[in-house]
Amino acid sequence: MGSLQLNSLIKQFGKNTDGRIAVNGISLEVTQGEMVGIIGKSGAGKSTLLRMINRLVEPTSGSISFDGTDVTSLKGKALKKWRSECAMIFQQFHLIDRLDVLTNVLTGTLGRRYNILNLLKIFPKEEKINALKALHKLDLLGKALQRVETLSGGEQQRVAIARALMQKPKILLADEPISSLDPKNSKIVMDDIKKINNEEGITVICNLHSLEVAKQYSKRLIGLSEGKIVFDGPPENLTQELSQELYDLENE
Amino acid sequence: MNNILENYSKNYSEQIKKRRFWNIFIVLGLFVAILISSSIIDLNMTRITSGIPRLGDYIAKILPNLDTNLLFANSQIEGSVPYWYFNFKKYIVLLYETFNMAVLSTLFGFVFALLLSFFSARNITPNVLSFFFVKRFLEFLRGVPEIIFAILFVWALGVGPLAGIIAMTIHTTGALGKLFSEVHENAELKSCEAIRSAGGGWVPEMRYGVLPQVLPNIISYALLRFEINIRASTVIGFVGAGGIGQELYLVINFNYYEEVSAIILLIILTVITIDITSGALRQRIIKGTHD
Ligand SMILES: Nc1ncnc2c1ncn2[C@@H]1O[C@H](COP(=O)(O)OP(=O)(O)OP(=O)(O)O)[C@@H](O)[C@H]1O
Ligand SMILES: [Mg+2]
Repeated sequence: MGSLQLNSLIKQFGKNTDGRIAVNGISLEVTQGEMVGIIGKSGAGKSTLLRMINRLVEPTSGSISFDGTDVTSLKGKALKKWRSECAMIFQQFHLIDRLDVLTNVLTGTLGRRYNILNLLKIFPKEEKINALKALHKLDLLGKALQRVETLSGGEQQRVAIARALMQKPKILLADEPISSLDPKNSKIVMDDIKKINNEEGITVICNLHSLEVAKQYSKRLIGLSEGKIVFDGPPENLTQELSQELYDLENE
Repeated sequence: MNNILENYSKNYSEQIKKRRFWNIFIVLGLFVAILISSSIIDLNMTRITSGIPRLGDYIAKILPNLDTNLLFANSQIEGSVPYWYFNFKKYIVLLYETFNMAVLSTLFGFVFALLLSFFSARNITPNVLSFFFVKRFLEFLRGVPEIIFAILFVWALGVGPLAGIIAMTIHTTGALGKLFSEVHENAELKSCEAIRSAGGGWVPEMRYGVLPQVLPNIISYALLRFEINIRASTVIGFVGAGGIGQELYLVINFNYYEEVSAIILLIILTVITIDITSGALRQRIIKGTHD
């Protein structure tokens, strides 16, 4: 139930043979409710991997399947449904800065359905209640009517999480969610992600720049280097040597 | 390392040389073009010097004979302002018609241009084919001067403001469509990506990912176009497309000299008033994006 499988996934940017291979044959399985941390140097292929799962990036070859359904071949409505079920949050939040928090959260429902009213910023009452509940869960209810651009970075990322929750996702893909935040806000955001994982059983796959944070929040780490998996297991199994290789950028 | 630097600076100075060559070439070319074109249109000094006094004669003729002692006398007395503006009510009605022509054509043109601009912006167009065709279509719409469309529609629909509104709507759609798609091409597409990642299609992406951030610029351009359309709607009246321009054409042809100046003064005042208000509004909108 709820198992995500990647089979020899490859992504090559550029057509010629010497084009850069960002993800080079990744196979792995993630079961429902896991919280997986993906670690690796800049350019290792972490973002590309997450984007392929959501189908923002088309794999060059290989396949993704969820509960036996082939995700890589989905088109049209089915593709939108899949994207809606695997929500993404981004390093730079990717919110609509000029609109209020509540409307931003409600855009999370546009993948399930939309009509002319939704395009005029009119949403069904129960969706609005759901959005307010999501904001309450993230302790942002007081900010609901404020413009997003007036919020702090940490608050913005939590708005993005609330928007993701509106998608009623089975999977949450987080691409370096705390890289542009200070330590205090980083902790709040990571705690929120962990809470969602615990309470709602949503699978979380999270790219992280900091090994410390990765160890603290996930029982399973996946180490990437040059597009390949070089480690997959609990943080205790990570050797000093390997973690240095995965993170030499940080020590520089 | 030194080698690279040397190479680089050599390339750089070569590039500058090349650019300088082109600049001189272009200036020379322009000069030659001016010489050729002025000989074609028979631009010579004697024609201009003999023409200017005639212009002065005409201006002297259309100026009203105002008597400073009788300025505010009633409209029966020659030399008074009411006498000069005996047709004031008619002018106001016609000016209002011209104003409405500009408002409606700007509004319709705005809507069409906005809808089309999402297809003709390279970074957000749903597919290459629609990008190509909509872009060409907009080029055609703004390539043909509105006066040509006005003549066509006056011929097809008869004299009156409807022809003018349609003609200006067409031109406005083309002009704004190009500007809007350029605004879109500078848009930040992060929120678009977020909406796509949530399963939102192209329409929600445009509505929520692009529109909110481009809106201030777009409204500012539309106001600018409105200012242009106010002027255009008076000129377009000359070919029978309604409004004050049509009346101005009439009084010029019938040599009702004082009425010519009366109408021109009203038009100038209207244009200045609208330019100032709309300019102030645009300033506020642009400032508003920073706070
Ligand atoms: N759209 C693209 N076009 C071309 N090359 C790309 C594109 N996106 C990513 N790449 C390349 O693919 C490789 C992997 O990039 P990716 O963004 O997945 O790395 P990452 O592990 O997320 O790095 P970071 O920690 O810096 O975010 C890099 O070499 C990058 O230059
Ligand atoms: Mg990345």
